[in-house]
Amino acid sequence: MKRVKGGEEDSSSSGSPPEVSKKVRKQTSNESVAVVAPGSSDYEWAQLPQELLLHIFQYLPLLDRAYASQVCREWNQAFHMPELWRCFEFELNQPASSYLKATHPDLIKQIIKRHSNHLQYVSFKVDSSTESAEAACDILSQLVNCSLKTLGLISTARPSFMEVPKSHFISALTVVFVNSKSLSSLKIDDTPVDDPSLKVLVANNSDTLKLLKMSSCPHVSPAGILCVADQCHGLRELALNYHLLSDDLLLALSSEKHVHLEHLRIDVVSENPGQHFHTIKKSSWDAMVRHSPKFNLVMYFFLYEDEFGPFFNEEIPVTHLYFGRSVSKEVLGRVGLHCPRLVELVVCANGLRPLDEELIRIAKHCTQLSAIGLGECEVSCSAFVEFVKMCGRRLSQLSIMEEVLIPDHKYSLDEIHWEVSKHLGRVWFPDMMPTW
Amino acid sequence: MVVNSVHWFRKGLRLHDNPALQEALNGADTVRCVYILDPWFAGAANVGINRWRFLLEALEDLDNSLKKLNSRLFVVRGQPTDVFPRLFKEWKVTRLTFEYDPEPYGKERDGAIIKMAQEFGVETVIRNSHTLYNLDRIIEMNNNNPPLTFKRFQTMVSRLELPRRPLMPVTQQQMEKCCTQIADNHDQLYSIPSLEELGFKTEGLPPAVWHGGESEALDRLNKHLDKKVWVANLEHSRVNTCSLYASPTGLSPYLRFGCLSCRVLYYNLRELYMKLRKRCSPPMSLFGQLLWREFFYTAATNNPNFDRMEGNPICVQIPWDQNPEALAKWAEGRTGFPWIDAIMTQLRQEGWIHHLARHAVACFLTRGDLWISWESGMKVFEELLLDADWSVNAGSWMWLSCSAFFQQFFHCYCPVGFGRRTDPTGDYIRRYIPILKDYPNRYIYEPWNAPESVQKAANCVVGVDYPKPMINHAESSRLNIERMKQVYQQLSHYRGLSLLASVPTIQEEAEPPMTDESQTSSGPDSPHRGPNDCEETGCSMAPDSSTTCPSCCAPPPDPEETLCTASGSKLNLTAASASLTQATATPLLPASSVRGPLSRAKPSSPSSLCSALSLSSSPSPTQASCSSQRRKGLVRKMRRSQRHRGRQSCATSYREGGGKPEDEEQEEAGGDERMEGDGEQDEERMEEDSTGLNQ
Repeated sequence: MKRVKGGEEDSSSSGSPPEVSKKVRKQTSNESVAVVAPGSSDYEWAQLPQELLLHIFQYLPLLDRAYASQVCREWNQAFHMPELWRCFEFELNQPASSYLKATHPDLIKQIIKRHSNHLQYVSFKVDSSTESAEAACDILSQLVNCSLKTLGLISTARPSFMEVPKSHFISALTVVFVNSKSLSSLKIDDTPVDDPSLKVLVANNSDTLKLLKMSSCPHVSPAGILCVADQCHGLRELALNYHLLSDDLLLALSSEKHVHLEHLRIDVVSENPGQHFHTIKKSSWDAMVRHSPKFNLVMYFFLYEDEFGPFFNEEIPVTHLYFGRSVSKEVLGRVGLHCPRLVELVVCANGLRPLDEELIRIAKHCTQLSAIGLGECEVSCSAFVEFVKMCGRRLSQLSIMEEVLIPDHKYSLDEIHWEVSKHLGRVWFPDMMPTW
Repeated sequence: MVVNSVHWFRKGLRLHDNPALQEALNGADTVRCVYILDPWFAGAANVGINRWRFLLEALEDLDNSLKKLNSRLFVVRGQPTDVFPRLFKEWKVTRLTFEYDPEPYGKERDGAIIKMAQEFGVETVIRNSHTLYNLDRIIEMNNNNPPLTFKRFQTMVSRLELPRRPLMPVTQQQMEKCCTQIADNHDQLYSIPSLEELGFKTEGLPPAVWHGGESEALDRLNKHLDKKVWVANLEHSRVNTCSLYASPTGLSPYLRFGCLSCRVLYYNLRELYMKLRKRCSPPMSLFGQLLWREFFYTAATNNPNFDRMEGNPICVQIPWDQNPEALAKWAEGRTGFPWIDAIMTQLRQEGWIHHLARHAVACFLTRGDLWISWESGMKVFEELLLDADWSVNAGSWMWLSCSAFFQQFFHCYCPVGFGRRTDPTGDYIRRYIPILKDYPNRYIYEPWNAPESVQKAANCVVGVDYPKPMINHAESSRLNIERMKQVYQQLSHYRGLSLLASVPTIQEEAEPPMTDESQTSSGPDSPHRGPNDCEETGCSMAPDSSTTCPSCCAPPPDPEETLCTASGSKLNLTAASASLTQATATPLLPASSVRGPLSRAKPSSPSSLCSALSLSSSPSPTQASCSSQRRKGLVRKMRRSQRHRGRQSCATSYREGGGKPEDEEQEEAGGDERMEGDGEQDEERMEEDSTGLNQ
């Protein structure tokens, strides 16, 4: 359950710094203590003012509110106050495909009947079965009289929205797009959303849209996402796949009318081995950095080693870099030269030769680097110590599997943790796996 | 007075270093060594033929050793609770001895037997010898909680005195003093059953790779120590192809059944090290495997739900997929990934696989590729793996699936690349999947990528003679990394971009804190996360409130918008909606019907209701709420590791289901975790944290 803004009044909390609203919350909670504590025996519970009840109910999980609602008529009314139904997470799971419980169908019916016009922040968590995804679409299609501010479609196991007939999905989503005139956040990763439906989104919500996450949406084209970027000038966070990324898109996001972008996440995934990837011009990236100097560029790579050709040949403003599959020494060498803004680097796997020079080069050129993770790689202990020494205390996250570190003439495995701890200024150990 | 002892063997199938057996012999007139086994139950239990064979061999060996001492092993058919009353009377037993079993199930069973023995006036003597240390001592030293990181565990252990020295084997003289009456029909009554009697078909059963028994264990111990000297690298030896095969120096199954005493191994290693290195105290890493075993035993000893996700306070709730077909492919070695299939084949045929191989298949089944619950994998291991101790097995599965023990999840073992690193030629695969034996090295880990001509030349066409890969590893690992991130972001309130930082790490090992608070407030692990840092990083941590409310940049718009509990607790949703329906239909129900759905709900709900009613009253939770309480504690602990300890808070509301729901809402309300999170919300979380502390 959510413990949020204590004050009931907009005026008391909105716009005020955290300090003030904190105080407000404290006071109100104290009040409730004062009222409730002595009253347990002969106070009229039903006489609690509605605002106070609401305040208390806000602290309770749904189940507890449901129990409380059975105490008296007043509490039951409080249970149905719109404020308690602004935000809801539908969990749609089938017994055959999930271990988790689902939102009860009766509850869903109740919400659609009595509270759908109150809903504003809605998410759907859906397990791996198509039925669950279809059920989510059915609910969406019934949300005709509500105006959502945020919507998230989340597949908790496999991407089951992809198995729903596209037309069904699109029509359900369109209901939300058309009825909600102030949608600000939309998470639709791994869904069959397409260009025409994005057009509807833009037509209705272009002034308010701030966040759009749509990684792995195969039915969207570069032109489709460009249309969003052109019209939604308030967009501050965007997640998509590399094949949707274009020079035009970056230029659109860097246009004068557009607010500063804060996060851009790109998944670089190869569908078939040996796929060819286009390149993005350095000038487009430069435009992005000029327009949004602080933006984070997060890139997840899931490529075969021989597909990295088009990447890291020129400077790129990437800040967070994740290599989910094996990446060659050569590519990491290029990363060391061309990623001056790099903050975090994760290398899940590499070949059999140690990454010594590459790490040293990264330490030298990536002066913002503060987090690194190494999985199936090798680094000699001396090179690793040198790397840590160069980066020093700015390395706040250092996650290195024990097997990565190869003892050499200078350091054994038992010694290295002291040496590294010394340079980091805190106790550090390599990550261990059980040897059972 | 006559002393008639019975020593009850369960684990600890050995005569050396067996303190409970020594107690049985001590001043006794007669001693009988029993093993209780239920043949009917045996066939039904989830234990495979290799494990039974190993056990029966260990019993044979024990019987042979006892014969040499003019005694025998009595294998009694039945259940302990039925068998003992009969034996007590028949043999006029006055003393019952057995090894302490630290596992929750064992403790419960033994509790019942001890009580029964008391009723019969039989003295019970229990000695600890399956683990190096007294696990309760470790827990006590760690503020009455089991250490949840291995480092912390090592720190605790390093403060303990050395394990008790092992005892000498039982001798002829000892046995002669308390001779056992062996009836003529002993073999008829108390023989060791055959596999057939237990309901297994033994036709075509290949010979065992691992032979059970104390004699074999001691033999192996010597070889094990010789090898250590030979390799001259006591602490770490790097993995190569050879490590993957069953080694004549492997000891883990013998430790599991107690054919080898862990203390004997411990002291042999220690003395060897001191002889070779001329240093006084050997490093912890020398005892790596033994300590891991101890670590998981400690974590499990007081947690009866250690082997499941539900109701397990240390286990992160992950929305695993249920997929029996995929599970069967994995378990039977038909995934289409030769590395995975070879490992599963070796496991099924021989009962043992190297720990890196365990990592590979466990990661593949759970967080890496198939997204199937670790519980399913654990059960398969329980059936097939000779050294599967309940605690160690469940603990390792939680570890490898990143369900507990604060694991980084950024790294998934690649089912192609990881095998190739370990065994570049692929000979291991050729041995266990002979159909692939003619594949060139280049393709043996990924036969589906071999050109058709190569497949034909190797007489094995993928999709015909060997399965196609059941999953696209790149795609599934992309999805699964995201899923894990979702789960952990909700737990830790982490809202950043960083994959590395999204795992809550407790740094309990960093400073050795001994005060009551210390374990939970062991300090913020990552500097990015405090409220101040949010400001520093500026735009990267921009408050999400501005996403929902364009007009203001500070705290989220209006309170009501962000409050709400969404669907509330996962566990009780059905009950919730049921009672909700009731609530709307008939608002004024008598108390009894209110209780209706409640009593059917999960055990944690009474406490949630209770605290809902006694809302702001003081520390309420009684032991009824124990399990959810503990779980909440964990969540709190994780959370606290992220931020500083908060101030006093006023309202105490009970939340069950851990920290999850509220975080979700935070996200809902906010829009997105990345842009969310200004000081305000952090303050609130701190309050929540300290709320917990007050209880």
